Amino acid sequence: MTIEVKNIVKKFGAFAALDQVDLKVANGELLALLGPSGSGKTTLLRIIAGLDWPDFGEVSFDGENALAHGASERHVGFVFQHYALFRHMTVFENVAFGLRVQPRAVRKDEAGIRARVKELLDLVQLDWLSNRYPSQLSGGQRQRIALARALAIEPRILLLDEPFGALDAKVRKELRQWLRSLHSEIHVTSIFVTHDQEEALEVANRLVVMDKGRIEQIGTPGEVYDNPATAFVHGFIGESIVLPVEVCDGCVRLGGKALNIAAHGAPSGASKLFVRRHDMQVGPAGSGALEGAVRRVRTFGPIQRAEVALSAGGDETVIEIDAPRDRELQTGDIVGLQPRRYRIFAAQD
Amino acid sequence: MSELQSSLSSARDDLRTEPRLIRVVIIAIAVIFLTVFVVLPLVVVFAQAFSKGIGAYFSALSDPEALSAIRLTLCVAAISVGLNLVFGVVAAWAIAKFDFRGKTFLISLIDLPFSVSPVISGLVFVLLFGAQGYWGPWLQSHNVHVLFAVPGIALATIFVTFPFVARALIPLMQEQGTLEEEAAISLGASGLQTFFRVTLPNIKWGVLYGVLLCNARAMGEFGAVSVVSGHIRGETNTMPLLVEILYNEYQFVSSFAIASLLAMLALITLVAKTILERHLDEGQHPRDD
Repeated sequence: MTIEVKNIVKKFGAFAALDQVDLKVANGELLALLGPSGSGKTTLLRIIAGLDWPDFGEVSFDGENALAHGASERHVGFVFQHYALFRHMTVFENVAFGLRVQPRAVRKDEAGIRARVKELLDLVQLDWLSNRYPSQLSGGQRQRIALARALAIEPRILLLDEPFGALDAKVRKELRQWLRSLHSEIHVTSIFVTHDQEEALEVANRLVVMDKGRIEQIGTPGEVYDNPATAFVHGFIGESIVLPVEVCDGCVRLGGKALNIAAHGAPSGASKLFVRRHDMQVGPAGSGALEGAVRRVRTFGPIQRAEVALSAGGDETVIEIDAPRDRELQTGDIVGLQPRRYRIFAAQD
Repeated sequence: MSELQSSLSSARDDLRTEPRLIRVVIIAIAVIFLTVFVVLPLVVVFAQAFSKGIGAYFSALSDPEALSAIRLTLCVAAISVGLNLVFGVVAAWAIAKFDFRGKTFLISLIDLPFSVSPVISGLVFVLLFGAQGYWGPWLQSHNVHVLFAVPGIALATIFVTFPFVARALIPLMQEQGTLEEEAAISLGASGLQTFFRVTLPNIKWGVLYGVLLCNARAMGEFGAVSVVSGHIRGETNTMPLLVEILYNEYQFVSSFAIASLLAMLALITLVAKTILERHLDEGQHPRDD
């Protein structure tokens, strides 16, 4: 099932939750909507599910207008952040719910429903919990039951709202891998919302980065990480060093002092220089575009993370860099820093 | 060693709570107050009712006037509880699960019967349906009897008891939110299926709680019913009205016999309420992580 969203606008009072959003999702894709809270990602998901209605715009599934149907007719599996399991029903009845409310003409008989629920509980590996109530399950188990319940109706699309947001780090990691392998098994077009970049980069085939109701960038995890389209994306995905610079006629200045790096066609004016922590090459004093004194060094694994106070610029600017451990840094060292890869974006007011 | 421990723990107890004297005094005040204002009157009701023996008690209750009052009270309670159950659930559903203009106004309107004196509540219906009222002449010409008849008593009782079910359900439903309903709808359930399979099971203890309080008030209502009933003996006297009439006629045994029925209703209500509250507390926090 393909999904196409065209020019969606959704306002809550004066606040524009979605501002002219366009998105195409290919059949069988596993797409992540990534953004900070308030970026509109959950609203977009709910509009696709039919739980919210756009003020303006179109939503179509396989070219057919989805807005002509309510949520109950869209055959969309929705997994809620806080699971929303039916608290008065057993795990078995939760999963069976979607099958029991089907119109009589297409409804399975009791034996058929039992077989299907068992199959789904096997799929999420929680067959042994079928007589428990939701309050007796752990968070990770509830989330998997919620997924099994959504899959029971054989949805055309699977939507997951912050599926692992309420779980602890270890369980989250397990469930991520599990979701990936489940998706490659059942291959239903899926969209999941997250504010966790690591989760999005690890699980999704494609990322949609959102901010303030707009889509900032769409691409594979590699594209988005290596070639951020906007300052927001660069700052949001991966750790970045951000320095306020001035671009004028192809030269880049920090605190009035010209840096020995090319502007790469960035327009003149107040700008921001973005560098990944590990893209800052460390050399002896005087060897790079920037120079600074090492304040503090912590080593873990293959890298050493150093806080460096830059000497350029009037105000003291302290940045954190990640350097390989081939040359151990000491507190008080004066080092030269050369950005290997960097991006310059115009500063927004 | 154990001595040391016990002296330590008693010292800790002293720090954690008030001195013994203050505790005793506070508890004693509460017990005396309750005895004088609640327990004693209740005992007096039963003592008076049985003052001439069990035979007199039962003959007072089997008097035709008493039986008629009991029948009327049960009938009016059934009508008003039934209707208020439907109104209350619908109103609470609308308020808790949907956003619309005028919601706050609706909530205050539901509380109106609580803030108005019951006598006024009755008078309102006299103004509407009485012979000199707005609709009185029309009703009279069509031979419909509202005032001084069962419909009037039922209307006044419904008005007075309207808030109970809605009030019991609104906070409960608001706390439960709409997530489970959204889940049900996304799984293909219709509005009615969602209500009967998801919403109603989640609020059933709240509904029972509201019905219980509504029923207790419906059976015990005096002021509003007194204004609209007309006190026709054997016809429009409810139990509370009959208690007053018999008392004024110095028929103390009969009066207190019927009063004892109402008192028993109160006791049963109290026990049922305690049980329901326990269920509600359990249902309130079903999923702590």
